[in-house]
Amino acid sequence: MSVLVFLDQAEGQIKKNSFEAACYGAKIAELMNTQAKGVVLGSVNTDLAGLGKYGLGQILSADQPELAQFDSVRYCEAIAELAEKEGAQVIVLSNNFNGKAVAPRLSVRLKAGLVTGAVDLPDLKEGFVVKRGVFSGKAFASVSIKTDIKIITLNTNSYPVTDQGPAAQVEKVTVQSGTPSIKIKEVKKVVGEVPLSEANIVVSGGRGLKGPENWNIVTDLAHALGAATACSRPVSDSDWRPHHEHVGQTGLTIAPNLYIAIGISGAIQHLAGVNRSKTIVVINKDPEAPFFKAADYGIVGDAFEVVPKMTEAILKLKQAG
Amino acid sequence: MKILVCISKTPDTTAKIAFKDNNTKFDTSGVQFIINPYDEWYSLVRAIELKEADPSVTIHLIHVGGPDSDPIIRKALALGGDEAFRVNTASEDSYYIASQIAEVARQNNYDLIFTGKETIDYNGSVIGGMLAQLLQLPFVSLTTKFELNGGAAIVTREIEGGEEIDEVTLPAVISSHKGMAEMRIPNIRGIMGARTKPLKVIDPIEVPELTVTESFELPAPKESVKLVPADQPEELVRLLHEEAKVF
Repeated sequence: MSVLVFLDQAEGQIKKNSFEAACYGAKIAELMNTQAKGVVLGSVNTDLAGLGKYGLGQILSADQPELAQFDSVRYCEAIAELAEKEGAQVIVLSNNFNGKAVAPRLSVRLKAGLVTGAVDLPDLKEGFVVKRGVFSGKAFASVSIKTDIKIITLNTNSYPVTDQGPAAQVEKVTVQSGTPSIKIKEVKKVVGEVPLSEANIVVSGGRGLKGPENWNIVTDLAHALGAATACSRPVSDSDWRPHHEHVGQTGLTIAPNLYIAIGISGAIQHLAGVNRSKTIVVINKDPEAPFFKAADYGIVGDAFEVVPKMTEAILKLKQAG
Repeated sequence: MKILVCISKTPDTTAKIAFKDNNTKFDTSGVQFIINPYDEWYSLVRAIELKEADPSVTIHLIHVGGPDSDPIIRKALALGGDEAFRVNTASEDSYYIASQIAEVARQNNYDLIFTGKETIDYNGSVIGGMLAQLLQLPFVSLTTKFELNGGAAIVTREIEGGEEIDEVTLPAVISSHKGMAEMRIPNIRGIMGARTKPLKVIDPIEVPELTVTESFELPAPKESVKLVPADQPEELVRLLHEEAKVF
């Protein structure tokens, strides 16, 4: 009996959204009167016992070189083997790129019902019911898992991280690792920028900026805030900005604490990618822009005048503080 | 080479989202249904491009759903599918749906199975991975580029803060994301031809559902926006810092 949390890593670093998954899994374990255990595959530069602060009682570490890089078949087999050994009732993963690749496999492998994109703790009053986002953030569905083992992937920024727990007990384990299903030829990371999917603050620009040459007002504000930059679909389609910055229905879905939209009208397809953000700020010269209806704060005005002044005010504030 | 493209039916991206029957069902009144954009624009069009490069490629389409899905299947045939299967059943459980598709795939030995990265209604992002596991095939999720290379494919997939280039041996399951191909519109010849292309209706196999969707709800309405005058950007910064406490 236990709740197993998969702690996703890249290049030896455990990803931020895994800490959220750990706290979420720990709370489920508490509700079910059992223990939460973390699974780390491959070698990491983190103090494993220290991961106990997120509420994990035990860390199962399979520090095998062949698990250093993600492979959906190998990771599925490794997690399934540990889940069976531990008699896991619930398996929690992040709803990130790797989580989306491995959780469906795991569901079939263990014949365990899967709910992806959970936004809240399961309701255990009648069975095991998990709330998830549907219709691209425009609604929620409550889904009941009918199998003995339950698998959940947690949406990013959906559960608060607390880090007050005692040290975890670390157990070295070895898993069957099988043959890899794919060969990784190259990994290209955008250097020196905050990854959009992990950013707490995102500054985003739209067609209202008139051209790529004006993007400095977006990047300056982003730098002042330590934020990632993003853009709307017309902007990436016109190659003003790279495609990986496109947020919206057909681009990336993000949920930062703060989303600042500059010169973006707020088409329904764009909102679908950002409407789970905690605080939305809209700067647009058109008072009728639909984005204002989804915003928490706004300025109706010329971005070229407003944004540099915001950047200045933030820098002043940071210097003072 | 035989390619299977999985086609899902979703409400149009601008459809009004409402529920009926005590919030247990999606209210389809006045809603226009389309092919899930990820299935159409990226998976199907990429498959058509592969066929254009090599006419020996055959493209099969599969959809799990009732007869009301036939118009979108015909549209997919008009774009360029060669023949289609419709498994005549409906479910909200991904495992049930994936098992139906896997059954058809087992009988036809495809070299390549394409799914969209997710549907725009349930956003599960699950079918591709499940198919891969059911069929014991490699799986690449969120693929933005796909090129054949002999008996293998070179694919680019999204990862946090960048991308990864993988080599995958065929047969394989690929979930398609933006970048794979550009959207197309069916031409008259395609539309005419689609009428006579085979659309086979098959009965479902018996599989348990692992999950049940109990109910839906709409998010609480957002409080109205707090507007700050354009000549006071410093005030907005102060509110974000002291009231919203976001930095």
